[in-house]
Amino acid sequence: MKLVIGLDGQSSGEKALEFATQLAANMETCELIVVYVIEWSPFSFQTAEENAQRHKRREEEISIATDRVLTPAVETLTKAGLSARAIVRHGDVADTIDAIAHKEGASQIIIARSSAGGFSKRIFGSSTANLVMNARVPVTVVV
Amino acid sequence: MSNIYRVFFTVAAFFAASLPAAAQEAVLTMDEKVNAAFSSATGWFVNGIFMSIPGTNFPWIVMWLVIGATVFTIYFAAVQFRFFGHAIALVKGDYSDPDDAGEVSHFQALATALSGTVGLGNIAGVAVAVGIGGPGATFWMILAGLLGMASKFTECTLGVKYRNEYPDGSVSGGPMYYIAKGFNELGLPGGKILAVMFSIFCILGALGGGNMFQANQAHAQITQITGDFPGWITGIIFATIVFAVIVGGIKSIAKVTEKIVPLMGILYVGAALIVLIVNYNLIGWAFGQIFAGAFTGLGVAGGMVGALIQGFKRAAFSNEAGVGSAAIAHSAVKTKEPITEGFVSLLEPLIDTVVVCTMTALVIVISQQLIIDPNTGNYVLNEAGTAIATVGDTSGVALTSAAFGSAISWFPYVLAIAVILFAFSTMISWSYYGLKAWTYLFGEGKTKELVFKIIFCIFIVIGAAASLGPVIDFSDAAIFAMAVVNIFCLYFLMKIVRRELVSYSARLKSGEIRKFTH
Repeated sequence: MKLVIGLDGQSSGEKALEFATQLAANMETCELIVVYVIEWSPFSFQTAEENAQRHKRREEEISIATDRVLTPAVETLTKAGLSARAIVRHGDVADTIDAIAHKEGASQIIIARSSAGGFSKRIFGSSTANLVMNARVPVTVVV
Repeated sequence: MSNIYRVFFTVAAFFAASLPAAAQEAVLTMDEKVNAAFSSATGWFVNGIFMSIPGTNFPWIVMWLVIGATVFTIYFAAVQFRFFGHAIALVKGDYSDPDDAGEVSHFQALATALSGTVGLGNIAGVAVAVGIGGPGATFWMILAGLLGMASKFTECTLGVKYRNEYPDGSVSGGPMYYIAKGFNELGLPGGKILAVMFSIFCILGALGGGNMFQANQAHAQITQITGDFPGWITGIIFATIVFAVIVGGIKSIAKVTEKIVPLMGILYVGAALIVLIVNYNLIGWAFGQIFAGAFTGLGVAGGMVGALIQGFKRAAFSNEAGVGSAAIAHSAVKTKEPITEGFVSLLEPLIDTVVVCTMTALVIVISQQLIIDPNTGNYVLNEAGTAIATVGDTSGVALTSAAFGSAISWFPYVLAIAVILFAFSTMISWSYYGLKAWTYLFGEGKTKELVFKIIFCIFIVIGAAASLGPVIDFSDAAIFAMAVVNIFCLYFLMKIVRRELVSYSARLKSGEIRKFTH
């Protein structure tokens, strides 16, 4: 059985991790895939200079996400005696988590309730809500 | 965030305090004497580039660009039509590997290159072309735009193929790299010298057409609304903002511009469509004028040839196909297949010339700003006999403005803002093209780059402050001198592109290259 845990680098992610740990502890075999999505769109506008530096920035973004969010999360899970690995990706948060879960054949996605609020949420909707509405596998939202 | 603003204000204050003196000095020293001296020193070069083909008033450089585009169209068997659908699919991301997400996408490279070319040429330049060459110029402009797609395809494929990738992950590309490396690969002599020549012209073109001309025209546009005031004030404001972006690294300004410019482009085309819809009963007539004018001239100065020259000239000057500038912008894309960026880039002249320029031309024709003799059906010439007489005696950007204003009364204000923003984004783009040529000549390094960036900002003030005819002529000539070197070299290098094209087409057909399911 595979579980995908979507983290957003906020403290609420801890709750999602805790919930997944409890869930996995009750199963015989369970692989946990911790996912961090760096919000990015191929249809944004950039200057020529930004484009030239893009590859470098991408590497930096990936290494920051790995060091600060994913590695500690995987360590926590491994310490708890679980099998865990990490994936970091650029893209739309909801679409990407769903795509990974689908590709990996995960049976469930676990995410924290979106902590972003206010103006941007009204305009764009939250990633959590988008994922719940569009995901192809069951989603658990941890509050 | 507060740190960013503190840096910005410090840089701005420092620059504002130090520049007026430089600006005044520039204005004072760049007096008529210097002007005349500069003119006599560079006149031969300008005249050489813009020289007419003997017996005609057709500048040979325009012919050079059109012949180049025709050769590439034939050599690659109309690649711009055969791979048009594939180009759209690439921009949509159908062939992008999800594992490469976060790298520069085809769309981003295209948008960046477009923001460097869509600008004053599409608004003011088209008005000049239609004002002199009549509606028929539009037909030839579209034809030249369609051919130019093949030039872009060739140069941008090479731009990606021969770019430099540095250990830190950043990239540098453009004609100077593909000329030097490509000639070396083919065992041809002189690659390095041609690359250096290209770089020198590119720096001059960046400071001139990509900078002074833009600053100058933006100031002219601002004074139309606010009334006359000294140009150096506009220059310093522009220079401060550009300085903040390219030296201060205030990315937010660039980001805002890069987001507003495409919006302005869409708004512009949208407004043009509204004018066309309002006058829908005249659309058939307007196309009739364009076709009739293309082959008869409808009474314009120079007749059919006059219309053809203006149309070809406008297309070449507007989409920069064959100049090599786009190859610098496109070379940052992340792709395993350099040729895919070539396919994407061929959309650029289509959007710039075939869509945006044609919209401007249609609006001018349909708004009936050009005066027609009701008896003959031909256009009436102005007193000097050089251009078509217009309602209100306007030309250039004022003609475009009047044409839009006749249907949407408030649009001239939006147009003025659009012109200023287009000028700004063109400056940012060319500062990068110039910088790449500069670092090719002098090497990469923070101090060396800073020197160029400061020179670039000083030239903004000079460009806005003075109407330096000879200097601007020289800079325009430099941009087209880039095309002389670039197209000459492309003739040698095009077989490399064909090899890529044959291999890619085969793999596309066999299904080896296929769409990713997202």
